[in-house]
Amino acid sequence: MSTVELDASPSTGAPRGAAQAAPRGHRLRLGDPIFRVLATACGLALAVAMFGLAGVLVYNSWPAISGLGTSVLTTVAWSPVDHQYGALAALAGTFLSTLVAMVIAVPLALVIALLLVELVHPAVARVVGTAIEMLAAIPSIIFGMVGIFVIVPFIQDKLVPWLLSTPLGSLPGIKPGAQFQGGGVSIFTAGVVLAFMVLPYITAVSRDVLKMVPQVTKEAGYGMGSTTWEVMHKISLRYANSGIVGAVFIGLGRALGETMAVAFLIGSLFTSLPHSLFDPGTSIASLIALTFSEATDKIQVSALIELGLILFLITVVFQILAQAWLRRVQRSTGGRA
Amino acid sequence: MNSHRRQAIERGAAGAPLCAVADVRYAPPRRRSVARRKATDLVIKGFSWIGASFGIAVMGFIVWEVVVRGAGALDWAFFTQPTPQDVTSSAGGFANAIVGTIVITGVAALIAIPMGFLGGVYLAEFGRNGRIATGVRMIANVVMGVPSIIVGVFAFAIIVKPLQHYSGFAGSVALAFIMLPVMARTTEDILNLVPNELRESGLAMGAPRWKVTLGVICKAARGGLITGASLAIVRVAGETAPLLFTVLSSPYWMTGLFGPGGFFGGPVANLTKTIYDFSGSPYPQWQELAWGGALVIIIAVLGMNILVRLLFQRGKQW
Repeated sequence: MSTVELDASPSTGAPRGAAQAAPRGHRLRLGDPIFRVLATACGLALAVAMFGLAGVLVYNSWPAISGLGTSVLTTVAWSPVDHQYGALAALAGTFLSTLVAMVIAVPLALVIALLLVELVHPAVARVVGTAIEMLAAIPSIIFGMVGIFVIVPFIQDKLVPWLLSTPLGSLPGIKPGAQFQGGGVSIFTAGVVLAFMVLPYITAVSRDVLKMVPQVTKEAGYGMGSTTWEVMHKISLRYANSGIVGAVFIGLGRALGETMAVAFLIGSLFTSLPHSLFDPGTSIASLIALTFSEATDKIQVSALIELGLILFLITVVFQILAQAWLRRVQRSTGGRA
Repeated sequence: MNSHRRQAIERGAAGAPLCAVADVRYAPPRRRSVARRKATDLVIKGFSWIGASFGIAVMGFIVWEVVVRGAGALDWAFFTQPTPQDVTSSAGGFANAIVGTIVITGVAALIAIPMGFLGGVYLAEFGRNGRIATGVRMIANVVMGVPSIIVGVFAFAIIVKPLQHYSGFAGSVALAFIMLPVMARTTEDILNLVPNELRESGLAMGAPRWKVTLGVICKAARGGLITGASLAIVRVAGETAPLLFTVLSSPYWMTGLFGPGGFFGGPVANLTKTIYDFSGSPYPQWQELAWGGALVIIIAVLGMNILVRLLFQRGKQW
């Protein structure tokens, strides 16, 4: 039986791999299980790596978790000399900068995604979409450099003085503290740069979700005499609702863990809570980045790893939520489309 | 979908519709003039255009800024000289850092690409929609979203801490960890695009599974696989955070494999960490070198991205 196949395969022009299907049958039977086991092992290695990572983080942060208790999360004092490791300022900075980033990035990403899906010619959409995806390829450190040399001076010299001259300036949380240099290096600046770093992710996912809206449904809307915008927000956006939530979660997860650009821009103030968006602060990731290699005290290293563990858990939760939302969308649209 | 329906029905109690189509049909009549609706439409379209142009302008602006500031630093010395030891020496380049980054990223690729590829083969060919494979897939997606600094902490804890010294290898392991899920998921996606008939005909020829997978399916999908691997490499080549406390950096050339200056033995010069250190220095000539380094990274990363996309667009039959 096998000889027939061997004769047949070269003449049918099958790919070389199949044609070489070696002459001895029983040698091949070993190849398959080995290949299968190898591939499965590599697949499972992914899961092992993830749980290994979690385990290593827990193990290494245990001295801090047991030794410092909740003080890491509830106090502001960060002073390695006095063995005080309160990282509340880092938590606050992480959430505030992420909030600023999301407030800027989400609406921007949505209008861009709508434009790409609904308004422009597919060829144009592809070019524009690629250009925006390229933003995601630019390394974090470059965002940080451009931020510190270009955006910081702009915010400090132009934006903040202008804001303070408008009624907005008297709102709480706007005026930078007198002891800081005018709001350039601040949580707000970090948030602005973060916004552009997560923009491509949110745009790409929302675009894909919006593409899943069935053409017929949209056409029905147009048929009723709706304008483009009415179709967009009453049909497309509503249909793609949960997918967009998934996209936002993905962006959120990215923004929370972004390190280098934030480390450049947020001002590295570990010891006090920000009173204004234009005050310097710190984030979990940048606190780790800036102090880890200088940490000599064992408990400090452990406290930093504990912060890493917290950041890890937060991002994992957001990722899982995002995946779950997006899976649900796929299933529901897959059923309807 | 059921819960969707239920939600829709609950919303329906407030006068909202049961599904998107009906939305337009049954929307409570609001008297708005056609002119006003058209004006709203125009305003929103305007915003979309402004938003999209803004996004692209930012991207262009960043690249432009790096080009303008970095072009001056790129001379012969930049690519041949090691990083300057002190401020007084005017000569100096980033050659040792460029070599270091290539080696660190290369070793990471050697670890992660075969493993990620096989992992992807498992997901696409063996695990498919089984419970375990679904779990692995979910975990791979989650790992892709883990902040790179945490991967750095991980590599520090499992390699740097037990060995008591920084090393290029620790950085490679961190980067490999980041690449692994990217490679696996891309491989899976690409293999899934290969038509099933190809699999079936290979198997019908009597070829064993592994030969069908490697010799037929992967061969058919090789363009996409190469694209995926290159994008995975490019993705980690610009990473800084995982290297901060695994590789550190060094002003010297890497001296072989072992010993304090070697790949396994000590800190290794690398592009991103050197850029980070130099851009934070107060010396203008060092800052200029840092911009030069940034330009090199941008050219490498964007160039590779564009190249790979062009190739992929052409070979996108599957």
